[in-house]
Order: sequence, then structure tokens, then C-alpha cells
Amino acid sequence: MTVKFAKAAASGEGRSVAFAGNEAKAAAEVHTARWFFRKRTLCIVGLVAGFLAINALSGSYVDFDFMEAAADIPGGLAWMAVSFLPSAASLEKLPQIMPALLSTVLDSIAASTTAALLAYVVAVLGSRSVGLGGVAQVLARGIASLFRNIPVVAWAFILLFSFHQSEFTGFLALLLGSFGYLTRCFLESIDEISSGTIEALRATGASYLQIVAQGVIPLSITSVVSWMLYMVETNIRDATLVGILTGTGIGFVFNLFYKSFRYDVAGLVILLIVVVVICCESVSNYVRRRIL
Amino acid sequence: MRQFAEEDAACQPVARQDAACGGSASEGAACAGARFSRTGKIKTRCMNKSNAVLGATLGVLAVITVLTFVLMDYGDTPLLEATANALGDFATMLTQPGLGGHFTLADLVDGLFISLALATLTTVLGAVIAFVLGLCAAMNLSNRAASNAIKAVMSLFRAVPTILWVLIFTVAIGLGPEAAVVGLLFHGIAYLTKAYSESFEEVDPGVVEALRASGASWWQVVFSAVVPEKLSEILSWTFIRFEINFVNAVAVGAVAGAGGIGYQLFLAGSFYYDIHEVGLIVYFCFVVAVALELLSTQLRKRFIVQN
Repeated sequence: MTVKFAKAAASGEGRSVAFAGNEAKAAAEVHTARWFFRKRTLCIVGLVAGFLAINALSGSYVDFDFMEAAADIPGGLAWMAVSFLPSAASLEKLPQIMPALLSTVLDSIAASTTAALLAYVVAVLGSRSVGLGGVAQVLARGIASLFRNIPVVAWAFILLFSFHQSEFTGFLALLLGSFGYLTRCFLESIDEISSGTIEALRATGASYLQIVAQGVIPLSITSVVSWMLYMVETNIRDATLVGILTGTGIGFVFNLFYKSFRYDVAGLVILLIVVVVICCESVSNYVRRRIL
Repeated sequence: MRQFAEEDAACQPVARQDAACGGSASEGAACAGARFSRTGKIKTRCMNKSNAVLGATLGVLAVITVLTFVLMDYGDTPLLEATANALGDFATMLTQPGLGGHFTLADLVDGLFISLALATLTTVLGAVIAFVLGLCAAMNLSNRAASNAIKAVMSLFRAVPTILWVLIFTVAIGLGPEAAVVGLLFHGIAYLTKAYSESFEEVDPGVVEALRASGASWWQVVFSAVVPEKLSEILSWTFIRFEINFVNAVAVGAVAGAGGIGYQLFLAGSFYYDIHEVGLIVYFCFVVAVALELLSTQLRKRFIVQN
């Protein structure tokens, strides 16, 4: 409190007061201090009121009952811990789970890599520094925004209509979502490259491809790999959603046991996903520490 | 620091230089600082640990990708035909959005607001809880044991996909907005706690120490040093989470039947098979998502960049 007050006084009219020792100005300082505390109280009251108002408004819109939710959570958690705990019987289902998990991981990696390749081409062509110019810039950003912001649910349905239920459908759904996201990230990382390097290359008479190969790729490759690894993690998590929608991979297996009330096996599936995600996270953290 | 020194040593051209330049005085001067390949060309890149890791990562990813393409089950549909169909559907969806008689426009707007309300509720509640947890998880404001414990639990929570949290709570506390909000909260809290605590740990240690030396209590340190310094980052992270929460609320509506525009999208896509309706709903989601994206970019520009 006192520290804040001192700061406020020092930054405001208070500073001249301290030197002059004028009584009128001292009164002004007291006024400033009072105003400071009043403003702070008002600010806190406003924040709390705003918080409650937003909660009440959105809560009543969806019929969310705070009390009920708060009362239900402990019981729900306890029930969850008991029923989702894998037992010896659920281990028998491992032969069914493991291939699905493996294919999900492989598909997530393949989707990220392929998406990165496509996104990098689009990002280079549409970037401000080495791009093809105005139309390409707008086009690349438009494509990125379009693919990124169409819900993955919609992708899953469109692909399901034509490609039916197969591993490839899940792969494509992941690919399209990652493509939009990565294009946006790559556009940003390529635009961060200093224009000096590119100008220097241009001045030596390098062709467009040479500029890309010698200037753009070496300078952006670390952030590209970092984003790719992040995408692999995200895709493994998202693969569950895509799998439930398109009937592929680990999401399908989870849904199967979940819908047939074998919660213990569903719990085992969750546990395995957690293990895979955490392994993936630590590997990419290691790589990131090394390359950045 | 030590690592840098190692890499520098690995890059030193000493041995190669002698071999390539043959000891002539003028050539030796020109060679200073440059590295040579066996053929005598100047090497522009050198192999160090970070380049090796980079190359290995890319190699492994490429091999896995090729392997996956070989092993993938492509289903029994002819791929070219299916691709053409999918592109056609995609074009229809984007160019001819419309109502198919299953929903009115008011229904869709209502659904959109439900999804937005779910996202708001989750973000606001999550931000408050994550703020407290973030303070306890920040190394400089808490003790090591508590910090490590919270971080470990949070990374466990984060590893479970959002949709699974919602499905779990749907059976644990019953279908409805409560399950959706609680399920979405878990992942959101874990995400924000990590973001907040990392941001708090960057607070200038001198300021915290000065306040502690003046006898400030823990809460005074928090509200006089940490919050004012990191407010813009907190806001920015919270807003990013709001964007994610909206996307998640749509997905959760579709899969867990939690209501909102996601549920309508699910019905239009998998029960009515109405591509025009799917298109209209996609446009609804798209407009909201783009608006949120623009807003968050503006917010970040205004708050983060100037810091």
C-alpha cells in the first residue's frame, strides 16, 4: 500500500511538493493520495462486479447452475477416480488399443509434416519480404484464416461424406486444420527475418530460388521445426476428437469402450494418451532447447 | 554459456585452415576466420550440436511420414474420385450456404450465443482459478515443492484432451452445461496456469526483494509488483484462451451433446446430411473466430509489443 502510494506521489504533482514544502501543494498531495485510493477501490469493485455480471449473464444464458456444479464436482471426481481406474481386466484389451494408438501417433506426425511442407510453400510465396507481392499476400493470409477457422468438426463431416470411414479420412482432417494453423505461424516467422539478409542476397545477383534456399530457409528453419513439434503434440490431442467424429484411430477405440460403459478400459486409453502426449512434450522440449 | 563455448570450439577452423592454405603467408591471411572443405572451398556452415539435432529431428519426422504413407489404410474408395467429391462438397459448402428447414436463423444465432456463453464462463472462471494456481506455481512467489507439485499436476491435466474431460464429466455429473463447463475448465486452467506462472517468473526479482525488505506481505507483493507488471500479459493470454475455448465449445457441443452451435453442426452433418446448412453454420463460426482473432491481434499489438 505505502509503496504504491509513494510511487503515485512521486510520479504526480507530489514531486515538486516535496521540494517546495508549500502547504497548498501538500494539500494537493493529500488529495492525490485520497484520489489514488478511491480509484483503486473503485477499480476493484468494478472488476468484481464485472466478473459477477459476466458470469451471471452467460450462466443464465446456458442454464448453468454454479451451486449445482460446485456441489457435483467432488462426487463426480470421486466417482470418476473409481470407475475410470484401469483394472487387470482392462489390460486384456491392450491388443486392440495399441495398434490404434500407434496409427494415431503416426498419422499425427505425418499430418504435421505434410501440413508443414505445404504451409511453408504457401507462406514463402505469400510473405511480405520474399513473397510474390500484393495478391499472393492477401491470398495466403486468406487461405490461412479460412483453413484455421473452419471447425474441425465441419472438416470431419465433409471428408466423411466422400472418403468414408478410413484412417486416411482422419489423417486428412488433421492435415487441413494443421495446414491453416502452420501457414499463419510460418508467415509470421518468415516476416520476422531481417530484410537486410534478403537484400544482400538480391544485391549479389541471387535468383529467387537461391534467395529462398540460402536466406529464407536457414533463417527460419529453427522456428519451423519448433512449430512442427508443437503441431505434433496438438495433433495427437486433437486426434481423439477427429477419431470420435470419423471413426478412426484412438478416438474411435475410446468411443467404443465409452459408449459400451467399459469405463475402466476407457480410463486405460486416457492413461495411454497421457503417457504419449507427455513423452512427445519432453522430446520436443529437448529438441527445442538444443536448437533455439 | 558452457554449451556456446563448446560449439565455438567445434567451429574453430584451426586444423582445416593449415591443411588447405598450405602455409603461404598471403593465403593464410585471407583464410583467417574462414573454414574450408576438403576441396578448398570456403565452408559456410559448420556441424555443431544444434544443427545435428535439427537435422536428426527433420530426418526422423520425414522417415516416419513416408512410413505412415506406406502403411496407411486408404479405405476402399477410389482416392481421385473421393477427392473430387470432397472438393465439390467444399465448394458447395462455401458458395451455397443456406437453411435446410431443420433450423431457423434464430436457432442458429441462439446456438452461437450458447457457445459464446460457454466459452466466456469457462474463460472467466478458469482465469480466476488459474491466477491463484499460477501464483502458487511461480518459483519466485512460492516454494519449490508447491511449485513443482502444481506444475506436475497441471501438465497431467493438459495431456488429457479437452473432449475427453467433457465426456468424463458428462457421465460423472450428468449431461448438461455443467459437465461442459467443468470439462472445458480442466484443460483451460492447466493451460492458463502454465502461461501465468511462466509470466510471473519473469518479474524483476529486484522489485520483489525490495518490497519484501520493506515488510510487504505476500499479497502486497503480488498486487504491487507482480500484477501491475504482468497485467497486459495476463490479459493477452486470457484472450488467447478465450479463442481456444470458443473452438473447444463448438467441438464439445458436437461430440458430447453439450448444446450450442456445435451440436447443430453435428445434427446438420451427421443426421440431416445437409451440406448447405453445414456451410451456413461454418460461416457463423468463421465470422466469430475471425473477429476474435482480429481483436486478439490488436490487443497483443497494443499491450505486448510496447513492453
